[in-house]
Amino acid sequence: MYSQGLNQSDPSSAHTSPEAARFQARIDAEDKIEPNDWMPEAYRRTLIRQISQHAHSEIVGMLPEGNWITRAPSLRRKAALLAKVQDEGGHGLYLYAAAETLGASREELVDQLLAGKAKYSSIFNYPTLTWADIGAIGWLVDGAAIMNQIPLCRCSFGPYARAMIRVCKEESFHQRQGYEIMLTLCRGTPAQKAMAQDALDRWWWPCLMMFGPPDSASQHSDTSMQWKIKRFTNDGLRQKFIDATVPQGLHLGLAFPDPDMRQNAATGHWEHGAIDWDEFKRVVAGGGFCAAERLEARRKAHDAGAWVRDAAAAHAAKRAARQAANPRIAA
Amino acid sequence: MSTPATPLWEVFIRSRSGLAHRHVGSVHAADATLAMQAARDVYTRRGEGLSVWIVPSNAIIASDPADKEMMFEPTASKIYRHPTFYEVPDEVGHM
Ligand SMILES: [Fe+2]
Ligand SMILES: [Fe+2]
Repeated sequence: MYSQGLNQSDPSSAHTSPEAARFQARIDAEDKIEPNDWMPEAYRRTLIRQISQHAHSEIVGMLPEGNWITRAPSLRRKAALLAKVQDEGGHGLYLYAAAETLGASREELVDQLLAGKAKYSSIFNYPTLTWADIGAIGWLVDGAAIMNQIPLCRCSFGPYARAMIRVCKEESFHQRQGYEIMLTLCRGTPAQKAMAQDALDRWWWPCLMMFGPPDSASQHSDTSMQWKIKRFTNDGLRQKFIDATVPQGLHLGLAFPDPDMRQNAATGHWEHGAIDWDEFKRVVAGGGFCAAERLEARRKAHDAGAWVRDAAAAHAAKRAARQAANPRIAA
Repeated sequence: MSTPATPLWEVFIRSRSGLAHRHVGSVHAADATLAMQAARDVYTRRGEGLSVWIVPSNAIIASDPADKEMMFEPTASKIYRHPTFYEVPDEVGHM
């Protein structure tokens, strides 16, 4: 159905070709592009890269939280965390499937991740040291992810947009369970509140970095905006996130680890201090505290699952052979 | 000798740009091309669609309605999968 062959005719399609002009006109008219429609090769490549990185982020993102499932402080918290991590796995699957509609193969995408060649969100290379980190992740990391994902529900590529609608519906519970954990800790003993503050101190800056480099330094923004893959700039989304999040933190009675943060009386926006982009570059390049550990965990899971994939394939082949030999017997 | 039964096809229509295809019904047709024409004639006479998908009916793998409880009932007790399960004060805004 989604054969790449249908669209592969003209890889060097100049922006001036009639197809390219028609393509851009459709996008300008808010029409959606579907897998079998003509599209510039660069659009296809950009989407495969972005959607697969997004998928990898969901899958790797299961690891920092998975770390606390067995140590959740109550059955209620454990059930919620288990359900959240399960959802993230589902998000990864929706997204890989959306990338596959563009002609990429699942195996190829997973191999890129396991070989350390694909990027994923830098946030997941930070460690989860205490239970409060689970609260901070739900509140802040999922909060930032929601800010990023809501505009993607209107992305020009149909399968990606539809996957995002599904994902966004599920994310609300993720953020709320995180905030509830923070609220409980902040209403608890001084030690519990200190734990919540420590988690905010460690997660705040990495969360701001989740929106990517500042607009002045971003490479992909312009074309992505023109193609309506992106609707807001990195800085624009970051600002929306800060404005939504600061009042929530103040309600918890916590302090943000940014001495320069203040509300601009004229605009109402919360302004932040300088972000350490060197740290961001280092973490994205695989220098994060847990980068090696995350990939190691994925490789281990992939290798440990090899026998299941092999057994399923062998079983399917056996059934197909049996049915071919005697079509009247239901396999 | 009787003619072989004409195969059945399932028809899916995308009603608006950006929406997923939805199942609308079935048609009988000798092959995929005829099925596409039949689906167009039968299901899109009033501008119902922008795109049609045709799938051989025997390619559909359906769950058994008798398994309904086994398949879906376990989620009923998992109310913690819903946002409303969590208490978030109104003052902090929508989440
Ligand atoms: Fe997710
Ligand atoms: Fe999430």
